[in-house]
Amino acid sequence: MSDPVLEVTGLDVTFGSGPGAVHAVRGVGYALHPGEVLGIVGESGSGKSVTSLAVMGLLPAHARVTGSVRLKGREILGAGEKRLTAFRGKTISMVFQDPLSALTPVYRVGDQIAEAVRIHQDVSRQAADRRAVELLDLVGIPNPAQRARAFPHEFSGGMRQRAVIAMAIANDPDVIICDEPTTALDVTIQAQVLEVLKTAQRETGAAIAMITHDLGVVAGFVDRVLVMYAGRPVETGPVDDIYYRPRMPYTIGLLGSVPRLDVGGRRRLVPIEGNPPSPDALPPGCPFAPRCPMVVPECDAAEPPLEPVGSGDRRAACIRAGEIEEGRTRPGEVYAPSGGGRAGRPAAPGAGAGERRLPAPRGERGTVLAVDDLIRHYPLMKGAVFKRRVGTVYAVDGIGFDIREGETLGLVGESGCGKTTTLMEILELARPQRGTITVLGRDTAAMTSRDRMAVRRDMQVVFQDPLASLDPRMTVHDILAEPLRTHGVGDPGPRVRELLLLVGLDQQHAARYPQDFSGGQRQRIGIARALALEPKLIVLDEPVSALDVSIQAGVINLLEDLKARLGLSYLFVAHDLSVVRHIADRIAVMYLGKIAEIGQVDRVYDTPMHPYTQALLSAIPLPDPEKERSRTRILLEGDLPSPAAPPSGCRFRTRCPKFRDVLSDGERERCVDEEPVIRVLDEDQGAACHYAEKIKVV
Amino acid sequence: MSIADEEHAEELAGVGRIGTPSRLRVVAGRFFRSGQGRIGFALLTAMFLLAFAGPHLSKWGYTDKDFTAFLAPPSAEHWWGTLQTGADVYAVTLRGMQKSLIVGLLAAVVGTGLAAVVGAFAGYFLGWTDRTLMWVTDLLLVLPAFLILAIMSPLFAEGQWLLFVLMLALFLWMVTSKIVRSMTISLKEREFIHAARFMGVHPMKIIFRHVIPNLSSLLIVDATLNVSAAILTETSLSYFGFGIQPPDVSMGSLIADGARTAVYAPWTFWFCAGLLVVTVLAVNLVGDSLRDAFDPTAKRNR
Amino acid sequence: MAGFLFRRLLNYVVLIVVATSLAYMLAAGALNPRANYEGRNPPIPPAVIDARLTELNLNDRTPMFERYLTWAGGVVRGDFGKMVTGGSVNEDLARRIGVTLRLITIGLVLGSVTGVLVGAYAAVRQYGAFDRVSTGASFFVLAIPTVVLANMLIIAAVWVNGLLPQPIVYVSGEFSAGLTGGFWARAVDRIQHLILPTISLSLGLIAIYSRYQRNMMLDVLGADFIRTAMAKGLRRRTALIKHALRTALIPAVTYFAFTFGSLLVGTTFTEKIFGWHGMGEQLVNSIYTNDVNSVAAISCFAAFAVLVASLASDVLHAVLDPRVRVG
Repeated sequence: MSDPVLEVTGLDVTFGSGPGAVHAVRGVGYALHPGEVLGIVGESGSGKSVTSLAVMGLLPAHARVTGSVRLKGREILGAGEKRLTAFRGKTISMVFQDPLSALTPVYRVGDQIAEAVRIHQDVSRQAADRRAVELLDLVGIPNPAQRARAFPHEFSGGMRQRAVIAMAIANDPDVIICDEPTTALDVTIQAQVLEVLKTAQRETGAAIAMITHDLGVVAGFVDRVLVMYAGRPVETGPVDDIYYRPRMPYTIGLLGSVPRLDVGGRRRLVPIEGNPPSPDALPPGCPFAPRCPMVVPECDAAEPPLEPVGSGDRRAACIRAGEIEEGRTRPGEVYAPSGGGRAGRPAAPGAGAGERRLPAPRGERGTVLAVDDLIRHYPLMKGAVFKRRVGTVYAVDGIGFDIREGETLGLVGESGCGKTTTLMEILELARPQRGTITVLGRDTAAMTSRDRMAVRRDMQVVFQDPLASLDPRMTVHDILAEPLRTHGVGDPGPRVRELLLLVGLDQQHAARYPQDFSGGQRQRIGIARALALEPKLIVLDEPVSALDVSIQAGVINLLEDLKARLGLSYLFVAHDLSVVRHIADRIAVMYLGKIAEIGQVDRVYDTPMHPYTQALLSAIPLPDPEKERSRTRILLEGDLPSPAAPPSGCRFRTRCPKFRDVLSDGERERCVDEEPVIRVLDEDQGAACHYAEKIKVV
Repeated sequence: MSIADEEHAEELAGVGRIGTPSRLRVVAGRFFRSGQGRIGFALLTAMFLLAFAGPHLSKWGYTDKDFTAFLAPPSAEHWWGTLQTGADVYAVTLRGMQKSLIVGLLAAVVGTGLAAVVGAFAGYFLGWTDRTLMWVTDLLLVLPAFLILAIMSPLFAEGQWLLFVLMLALFLWMVTSKIVRSMTISLKEREFIHAARFMGVHPMKIIFRHVIPNLSSLLIVDATLNVSAAILTETSLSYFGFGIQPPDVSMGSLIADGARTAVYAPWTFWFCAGLLVVTVLAVNLVGDSLRDAFDPTAKRNR
Repeated sequence: MAGFLFRRLLNYVVLIVVATSLAYMLAAGALNPRANYEGRNPPIPPAVIDARLTELNLNDRTPMFERYLTWAGGVVRGDFGKMVTGGSVNEDLARRIGVTLRLITIGLVLGSVTGVLVGAYAAVRQYGAFDRVSTGASFFVLAIPTVVLANMLIIAAVWVNGLLPQPIVYVSGEFSAGLTGGFWARAVDRIQHLILPTISLSLGLIAIYSRYQRNMMLDVLGADFIRTAMAKGLRRRTALIKHALRTALIPAVTYFAFTFGSLLVGTTFTEKIFGWHGMGEQLVNSIYTNDVNSVAAISCFAAFAVLVASLASDVLHAVLDPRVRVG
């Protein structure tokens, strides 16, 4: 094998000093060979981002970095600014997570790329500008010459990330470090950007270090994987080995807790109990021991080193990895309920393990929420000094659905599709601009304020960000008591204790503040508050998207258990289709203020009919390397059109692969002129497409 | 906060720290750990002690006149010397400080309270409430405060200094209320306010239970800094004879008198001016350290 | 666009009208021009006083509303009435605006530019010696009221002048009256008069601007795009100047317009203490002399200046920042 182009050994990063010092990265090492793609996977707090900044030498002065970083055989850790600037952007470049803030707002995009060219190449200004346009073309920006003159805020998130990639490959680097490059983007845009990264790698032949928390993103993209936990690598090896033959219990748990898009029939998720340790208070011994189902007393003795396991280039930091390797404990059994371990807690009573007993067929159950022809338009304002109305945003433009008792409807779509607006319209309980909303049999347009209070009691909400949805200045007790007091329930004390137990928290937690809890626990508090008044319908706005996968699984399980036990109905708004497949009975897919497809969840996932649903499902990466490599993606072109100027006829036609490639001119005319309505094409599956047909894409 | 700290904080965010001390103790801890905060607090305490306990140490009252010593330099009899009228500089200066501190504190509290209520109502209800309240705010911003206060100064004579405090406060709240308004607008989109609203909590309760308490750090800091603004305004007005009216004294009127004799009788000017500067400096240091203590992520010292 | 601009300007006009009318009412109610003529020796006959006050539209025996209408009628025609001395308010203020502009221009430019440089450098070297010293100094300066600072400067100047054979700085007035000599002699004389008020003005401005710029710069220093610029291979220095300072300068420039507007009537203490006959001085004098018409005119001018300044700062912001540029 050729010499590694980037070799990191024994990298340690410490912030601060003395007893308050935080040891964020502890002994990270990896080697990157030319053209190789390495995935660095870990949850928040695992130190993966700090590692990459340390490699680039971009950590602030008060961070102490030790170890060795060799770029093409030359040590760059601790090198002077002159040597570092010669490397940065030329030999090694970086793509950052947040494309919104990664570009200087006051300079034109083209100029910023040209600047990257001119730092390392002695070319004229005109030549650099031309190169910038070439690069923008390479990363797939339409009209590159014209778009180069635009300012960053005039670019969409996906386009900005393309521009950042263009900047990163401007000088033909040998190594590109990508720090969560697609985390802030929608799935269809993520698929585009990953494609651009592949192109970039082909063009430059660079090695890529891909840092991510998403096990799907790396599966089809990387050659090897490094799994990080609590600041250090815990398992490393070729991608197939890590996914199919994991040896470290953490990796096993991580893979088991991911909801799968490609698995129907409600496999119960396996959460990892507990929370990752704080880097300033690491337990003695193995940092994963407190959460590990396989823990034995020896685990607490010393931190296990990253040692070779079995044959090939595999390493794991677990004293029992050999046992798993030899087959004495099979990976699938590690997290089995009988597996014991000190963290193992029996599943909540009445879980029913995914078995669902519905009292009656859908048609015979009562309707808890009905939305019909709902419209919400906003004025589009422009200008900072002279603010004025320049148009109308058609945020929600005529949608309808209903939810029956004991049912979960997943409302999905990418950002800007109108799903949050829909949810807010329902929660406001006001007369909509057009159409009707009927909650628990009452029309919002005809409600008195007394009716409204009564409905508020029966309809509750859980929000996305568990910290933002709890008032930081109130104790958990006060937070949970607020709905009870508002609706005149006497002494809230006993009910608060009951609620805490119901969502799996301790009664002593009532005296604490939301900041004292981890993300998963906070979301449980949010759920407990929603349950306080024994509602019939709960509206969930992205309730798990702010959580790490290992935590998310526990919250999803809790929501399923509660629904079965308390007979709740959910309106579940989300962008993550894997989670929705897991929890919903029916799904509605929104695009630009309209519902594109609606129906029973397994039907829609197995055989989607609308070209948008097909593209959306196809864009989601699966945590399965073999499937990923053999899949062909339906890539959408361009960005979501502005909801202020939706295309005529079918709103999806401007990006529709079918419209572009399959339909004849005569057929296309219909898409341009006639707006499709939802046609039920099968039992409980309908699509708003003139030429809908079932395709299997997952 | 630097880039990596941020990164680091993000990485820490998912980690639960069970059993953290109460917010008040955390803020107090941060406040007293900063040298600036400690110095400011010590100076301010000293100024208060001096202003309110100091007069009891001297045998001279602020209305007493020593007809044997006009414009006398500091001595054992008159620690800080005397004025042209024979008044004891120590006594009148401390009296002036008392007045300035009380006026400053009261005006700041009233002004900040007004700012909080007006800003929160405008930001929460928007629409006509907002337009009306903000129009009034603009009007007060546009009026030259000094001129209006000066015109009204005859009303403040004869112990009507409370009215003076109210008028000072009336011209202190506008900028803060605009900040409170815009913060309320963004706070209103925060999920916990939505949660309360969708729970059916009354808007007034939301404003006083959720909105204003969550702006308390801003308001406390602002009130502190308003103390110094009020003291400075009071001083300038009194300097020109428009503020605290004789026979009462304030720092402003003393400085105006002292400035005339400063060249040949420095004690008439420097004690008073020095104490004023130290007081304002202390208040500003406290306010600034409080801001950092409340919000350690934003290292802003205005 | 035109409609919006019109509405905004209309709102400004309404604000100015209400503010000025309010100031007029307050002044007409609280000030007592009659006192200027009473207690003289020999006493002026009441009838003469009345006639004089009526001529100036200041007679408190005329109902206030009537006086207001008379005054407002004049204002609509662009005439702010007469001063208590009988001169025209318009002419007086026009002369005073010139004086104020001569006073504040140098001080403002000097103060803001120095302040921005100090603040930006302090932010880059956060917690360094320069940052600590400049932070401490600006805290100290901000704690000194203008009236104290101005008097301290005068005391210092008197002391320095006493040490020298002939004074090098003058503590009062804009120029020496009756000075003979050529252009250069007069220029030097003016500069000698300008030094103290300029220091008094710019010290405070340096303190404010350096604090402001330091905050803006610190906000930007933590931004991702600085990291991107360095990841491209830019030196830290270049990244800071080209990317950070350029972005962080926008609020300071915006703030400059605002300061300018508020200083037009806001240099009261400096003008009064250093004896410059500008707008600010008249603000105090008009109250001393019970000059109702001047008070109203100054209020009107102040309102106008503040609104134009805020409009100008909005426009500047839009011009400098592509994110809010009207397009």
